[in-house]
Amino acid sequence: MAQDDAALSARQPARSVWYNDPYKRGIAFQAITAVVLVIAAVWMWQNTLENLKRANLTSGFGFLTSRAGFDIAQSLIEYSADASYLRALMVGLLNTLSVAAAGIITTTILGLLIGIARLSRNWLIRKLATVYVEGFRNIPLLVIIFFWYKGVLNALPNVRDSIVLPFSMVLNNRGFYFPAPVFGEGSGAILIALVAGIAGAVFYARWAKAKQMETGVRPPVFWVNIALVLLPPLLVFFAFGAPLTFDLPVAGKFNINGGSMIGPEFMSLYLALSFYTASYIAEIVRAGIVGVAKGQTEAAYALGLQPGRTMRLVVLPQALRIIIPPMTSQYLNLTKNSSLAVAIGYADLVAVGGTILNQTGRAIEVVAIWLAIYVSISLTTSLFMNWFNRKMALVER
Amino acid sequence: MKKTLLTAAIAAAAFGFGVSAASADTLENVKKKGFVQCGVNGAGLLGFASQDTAGNWSGLDIDLCKAVAASVFGDATKVKYTPLSAKDRFPALQSGEIDLLARNTTWTISRDTQLGFNFRAVNYYDGQGFMAKKSLGVKSALELSGAAVCVQTGTTTELNLADYFKANKMDYKPVVFEKQEEVDAAYDAGRCDVYTTDQSGLYAIRLTLKQPDEHVILPEIISKEPLGPAVRQGDDKWFDIVSYAHYAMVTAEEFGITQANVDEMLTSENPDIKRFLGEEKDSTIGPDLGVDNKWAYNIIKAVGNYGESFERNVGEGSQLKISRGLNNLWSKGGLQYAPPIR
Ligand SMILES: N[C@@H](CCC(=O)N[C@@H](CS)C(=O)NCC(=O)O)C(=O)O
Repeated sequence: MAQDDAALSARQPARSVWYNDPYKRGIAFQAITAVVLVIAAVWMWQNTLENLKRANLTSGFGFLTSRAGFDIAQSLIEYSADASYLRALMVGLLNTLSVAAAGIITTTILGLLIGIARLSRNWLIRKLATVYVEGFRNIPLLVIIFFWYKGVLNALPNVRDSIVLPFSMVLNNRGFYFPAPVFGEGSGAILIALVAGIAGAVFYARWAKAKQMETGVRPPVFWVNIALVLLPPLLVFFAFGAPLTFDLPVAGKFNINGGSMIGPEFMSLYLALSFYTASYIAEIVRAGIVGVAKGQTEAAYALGLQPGRTMRLVVLPQALRIIIPPMTSQYLNLTKNSSLAVAIGYADLVAVGGTILNQTGRAIEVVAIWLAIYVSISLTTSLFMNWFNRKMALVER
Repeated sequence: MKKTLLTAAIAAAAFGFGVSAASADTLENVKKKGFVQCGVNGAGLLGFASQDTAGNWSGLDIDLCKAVAASVFGDATKVKYTPLSAKDRFPALQSGEIDLLARNTTWTISRDTQLGFNFRAVNYYDGQGFMAKKSLGVKSALELSGAAVCVQTGTTTELNLADYFKANKMDYKPVVFEKQEEVDAAYDAGRCDVYTTDQSGLYAIRLTLKQPDEHVILPEIISKEPLGPAVRQGDDKWFDIVSYAHYAMVTAEEFGITQANVDEMLTSENPDIKRFLGEEKDSTIGPDLGVDNKWAYNIIKAVGNYGESFERNVGEGSQLKISRGLNNLWSKGGLQYAPPIR
């Protein structure tokens, strides 16, 4: 036994102090960091309360339910000066989300087209795309926003000289006005018919794909699906006696009243964000496409696929794996950049929050709300994009 | 815009890290650094605070800042100005970035309580009005139902506006900006029909429009806007110094003391004037206030009395040509009234 022990200790390295063991040292450092962080957080928290008290300021989120007292120009939900600060923040959040969503869709399409155009074999198209990318990437976003805003305000006529478009649409420097649909009795049924139609179309497409796999013959999908989606709601629509009227925009004493309106603030912010971000997305798309081995394209050509189809069916699906991760950052950037809205008076989350901050003096609370909301939006976007990325990743069989 | 975020964040951080420049003894602080940091109008509001091409500030609010410096240092040049937009001004005062806010700011109860400030002296009694293009043919604010109204955010103006239209059962479309320059540009471009703010502001802004003659200021005054300097709560000594800088100017006007005759007045036999100018033997009014006994003399020597400051900045001696109205002395039918200096 004793002999064994001696042999064992002989085999072990010389005993050393714990902090020379990388593993233990790692744990120690992490523990120290954690303790320091917690102390700092507690200290900041108490300090904040202390300082607020010293400045005779109250704190807490209770004020959110008080009457806001100010009006907001653009709102997707019912809002008046009688609503609460919380409701005002909701209005701001929805305005941020709507401009971000519209911007993300447009910028993706635009960026994709320009990215592909950058690789075009046509000299003119290629150069134009290059000019676009270099131009927009190198101009500060705020300048682009102002460009659109001043452009829209100055190029479009005043209310009195509005441009009248077909279908009662009106355009002037206060916005683009168009008829607003008013749904009457039975509209719910139309919606149900539409949802049912879409569901039917999805099933049919699956069935058609299975059929194609099985027999090699592809049943007609496109036209059948169009019919499946459109016909049921149309039938129900007429069955209920066309319960749809339009609220038309009409010229009032000062303004165009009635109808729906997209204001110049939304328009210019949306255009600026889309155009600006598209220049970055175009580069990501180009990198993604170039990153797909050339042999893939050559193989597709060898099989007799046209260039368009090669791009759509062979190159892009593979390029997406390279494209998606950096794309997420661009979407997040676009969303965060939408806070430049304040510059042109678009009532986004930051603008509305700023007004509340100013009227109530609750700097810490409002800043905390901003942080929490932007972090949530960003995390949600990231989660979705990560999911999409996994779905698009190479599935190894 | 980013600046606002920054100010807000700094204010929040200032509370968090307790770099609390908002030290309780502002006077001590001011003396130590050797100047008064005064928050003033950022866009340049003619008559209240604006800069000439050489960068020299002038205006009613500027005179108040100078008066405070003259009171504390006997030298009206010991002021530094921080230009502030409507939105940035309160965090700037709360966080201690400025020692006093003299920026056409309305005294309201919530600013006195919720925001933690103190108001007392009123250096301009104002009220909110409307300006519209002449071509609209509008004669009264009550005809404005349905109009698009340009307004600056973070002001009492936007709150009064909502209340006024609601009370009169009228509709309007707010067009809201953070910076006055943006509101001006939008109004000039026809983005809105009407511009609303403090009436003194309307007169000043009208002068900067492309065609000033094509705009009318409507007769209605829809609110009370007592504009005055604000300081942080909890520092009564500093609060007194700031308030009495204004009251000294008013008192001087009451006594007929002007920038030009203040030196002669030093030899006056009138006990009120002697006490006021620090000539009364053994009087400790100045030291009790925390400043030199010649404080009032220094103020008048530097900026003149209230009437002079008024005429020079917003009255007949200026482009604005606003009449004294509510801002006349109480003895002449106005509201300017100073507590006795004794
Ligand atoms: N007296 C009002 C309004 C003051 C105000 O901000 N007025 C505007 C328009 S006259 C202004 O001075 N803007 C200049 C700026 O933001 O730089 C208040 O205290 O809320």
